[in-house]
Amino acid sequence: MAFLRAFGSYVPSRIVGNPELEALLGCDSDWIVSVSGISERRYADDTESVVDLAVNAATDCLSRARVQPSDVGLVIVASGSAGRRFPGPAAETASRLGMAGTPSIDLPMASAGSLFGMAIGAQLAALHGRVLVIAAEKMSAVISRPPLDRNTAILFGDGAGACLIDPKDGVAEIIDSSLHSDGSFAHNLLLEFDQPIHMDGRVVILQASRKVPAVIRELLDRHQRPASSIATFLMHQANQNLITRIAQALEVAPEKFYSNIARYGNTSSASMLIAASEWNAFRKDEPVVFAAFGAGFHWGALLALGT
Amino acid sequence: MISQERIRAVVEKVAQKPIPADPEESLFESGVLDSFALPDMIGELEKEFHLKVPDADLTPRKFDSVARIADYLSVHVS
Repeated sequence: MAFLRAFGSYVPSRIVGNPELEALLGCDSDWIVSVSGISERRYADDTESVVDLAVNAATDCLSRARVQPSDVGLVIVASGSAGRRFPGPAAETASRLGMAGTPSIDLPMASAGSLFGMAIGAQLAALHGRVLVIAAEKMSAVISRPPLDRNTAILFGDGAGACLIDPKDGVAEIIDSSLHSDGSFAHNLLLEFDQPIHMDGRVVILQASRKVPAVIRELLDRHQRPASSIATFLMHQANQNLITRIAQALEVAPEKFYSNIARYGNTSSASMLIAASEWNAFRKDEPVVFAAFGAGFHWGALLALGT
Repeated sequence: MISQERIRAVVEKVAQKPIPADPEESLFESGVLDSFALPDMIGELEKEFHLKVPDADLTPRKFDSVARIADYLSVHVS
């Protein structure tokens, strides 16, 4: 048994609106909105690292939870845009939070990293106590690598989210999760060191359109819950059009899918936790589904029930 | 034998646009389909031809033109 104790988030202060990208990428603002639902995103400055973003989100999360860093037993940090091969940002993030000596694990995953971190954290909470799951991304450093690709550059932003998983109490109980991976699509969405991100958007959207509704149904079927019974869906904020398609596939009102992609763009692994942190409206006995899909491909869903 | 006319009718229903006369012409390059219309079109093909396209076959290349769709369906529709 494990609970969602609190969420936290951090986004850099610099707002990059669509008009700023128009000249740089040779496209217009209306096109960006129509293909993605994104109006603006945040970019970190040159001095702000993935670790900085992670520390800020984690600090917000621990503050909301009223939990001291010394009371956390394990740290998991997901990031697909960390600045070096090793060490990953987990240990440094933990040390910066005053948790030197606390075990910390890197999840070098992109968009599905926070969902996988939550699912793994829920299992490890019984062994380690409170688990702090953080996802942090500095995608602006990735998309700025030449040659600029407008199809990806319009999408991404920077930010971090965090979730504290508690073995004893919280705002919602983690009921179950379903995780999947299929490496046969690894070449369709990847980021090599020092190369621009490569995304075959048609393949990604086609696969995500099928796999996300399927994994949500798989999870809910195990608990005899129809999708229509879910109060709120908190998804990886990849693309507003994709979120709407998934809602349609599940025959659920799109309004049940919380969305903040218009303001932050796609912050990869961080997006779902930033969304959860902003939404933060758990109610007793109301089921909430988290879901994500990303490079790998990795995808999954997690069911929580308000306490 | 899968009728190309049946395929064209499905594609036109989803795209809400006239499709190229040449069955080999790309539905993407001609602007008939975009990334989000593709999953819808495959869903409609599944309904029309009573098949389930497995995830491993979900690649845009297999559904890039009326001719390619016909090739795929001729193998997978009994």
